[in-house]
Amino acid sequence: MSTIADIQNEIVAEFEILGDDRESTIFYIMELGGNLEPYPEDFRKDEYIIQGCQSRVWLVAEEQGGKVIYKADSNTDITKGLISLLIRVLNHRSPKEILEAELDFIPRIGMGNILGSQRSNGLASMMNQMKRYALAFQTKQNA
Amino acid sequence: MSIQVNAIRSLFPILHQEVNGHPLIYFDNAATTQKPAAVLDAIQQYYEKDNSNIHRGAHTLADRATRQYEETRESVKTLLNARETAEIIFTRGTTESINLVAKTFGPKFIQKGDEILISNLEHHSNIVPWQMLCEQTGAILKVIPITDAGELLMDEFEKLLSSKTKLVSIVHASNALGTINPAKKIIEAAHAVGAKVLLDGAQSASHLEVDVQDLDCDFLAFSAHKLYGPTGLGVLYGKRALLEEMPPFLGGGEMIREVTFEKTTYNTIPFKFEAGTPSIAEVIAFKPALDFITSTGKANIHHHENDLLQYAVELLLDVKGVIPVGTAAEKIAVFSFTIQGMHPFDVGQLLDAKGIAVRTGHHCTQPLMHRLGLEGTVRASFAVYNTRAEVEVFAQAVTKIASLKNK
Repeated sequence: MSTIADIQNEIVAEFEILGDDRESTIFYIMELGGNLEPYPEDFRKDEYIIQGCQSRVWLVAEEQGGKVIYKADSNTDITKGLISLLIRVLNHRSPKEILEAELDFIPRIGMGNILGSQRSNGLASMMNQMKRYALAFQTKQNA
Repeated sequence: MSIQVNAIRSLFPILHQEVNGHPLIYFDNAATTQKPAAVLDAIQQYYEKDNSNIHRGAHTLADRATRQYEETRESVKTLLNARETAEIIFTRGTTESINLVAKTFGPKFIQKGDEILISNLEHHSNIVPWQMLCEQTGAILKVIPITDAGELLMDEFEKLLSSKTKLVSIVHASNALGTINPAKKIIEAAHAVGAKVLLDGAQSASHLEVDVQDLDCDFLAFSAHKLYGPTGLGVLYGKRALLEEMPPFLGGGEMIREVTFEKTTYNTIPFKFEAGTPSIAEVIAFKPALDFITSTGKANIHHHENDLLQYAVELLLDVKGVIPVGTAAEKIAVFSFTIQGMHPFDVGQLLDAKGIAVRTGHHCTQPLMHRLGLEGTVRASFAVYNTRAEVEVFAQAVTKIASLKNK
């Protein structure tokens, strides 16, 4: 099975095809958001919101057979696209893999520059929260 | 006389650059305007030749700095047609100007049970200081409602006015929608019940003729950086009689006449309200910005900007999915809109990819957005250096973005 690093390399290769055009990159990210699985409405509550600035993100995770399954949603399409990438990289991984993962594909696909500071901070909070879920599941597994 | 826009553009160095591979189109002027070279030169010149603390200096540099500083006050007085320079106070910005009134006029003239009137169009900076004052004094904050188009309901305003009304603090032109409020009517009606009026001129001062004697407002607040001047500088105009009665805002140097440990007496206005070393370079560099506005002519500026607004409306009126927000009959050049099925933030990011700078979000007017049932808008706001060609590029980009979700 491919590793987290492999999937990140795959994503980087896909974005390389788009070249340097910002607009195409953003359009592509927005399209990716359409691939997100529907978010369970029971979890569309304030306690599942990750505080960003202008966009709202809901994130929930569960553990199945030692692997973490994330579900997330946002009210903005660009953020949804970024979430779909994060989920593609981290879903169905063990908490240990997630905690050890070096997530570097965002700057590698050139999104670091495109996002600006507001969205970059939001994305960092999202990744932190994903790792926090993993840590909680790991603690439970070790208990 | 019409505007020679290319000649004007040549005065603004920042406009001549590419952003994300496209010529910069700067449509975020309601947030801050760009600065002509004369303003930048004045800052450089001040620090290279004249830097010195103002007032009381017994040397040539201090004298030069003081003279230039006070010349700007004179220019502001002329711009507003104030009676005298003593009525012009320099602050850090509109927000500080409003807070100054809330913290000094407020406790002195407003008591428990008194009412302060604002409108549903206000920027947070013309809401929060009054909420704080109400908390402190037990006064009551009342809100003038608006129509769906973003215009004040004047009948409701008149119903809200009473002998309890001590202050009406109202925006002259809305930053989020562009609505120009009928300031003169509001002031007349407020004065008829004995209330004082603060006009938030943050958006109007650069676009409209603002004559404080003709309007007869008691206070007017605005920021230099929205009038092609430097950031960190604002103006509070106030009528002499009121300013004299109000206690000082901040205590410190400059604002005193004599200090002993037993008792301190205060300086005369405007210095009573200008404690500490002010933003000297910024004040001095504000003068060339005012000169630029004067030589271009406010009426010409307004005419040009309004033409751009009408053109944007015309080009985007029938575009599927584009919903204009704020359709008042009288507007400054603010084009606020949403796109069906899209978050404003995404729209802003896509426009940025084309080098077009707009603002997205609630524009510090959350109660207004709530009233309109919106989370936010995309706002394009025009200034004297913008062109019809830029509006065309913008309209094309918006049309393309709208087509993503509105086939």
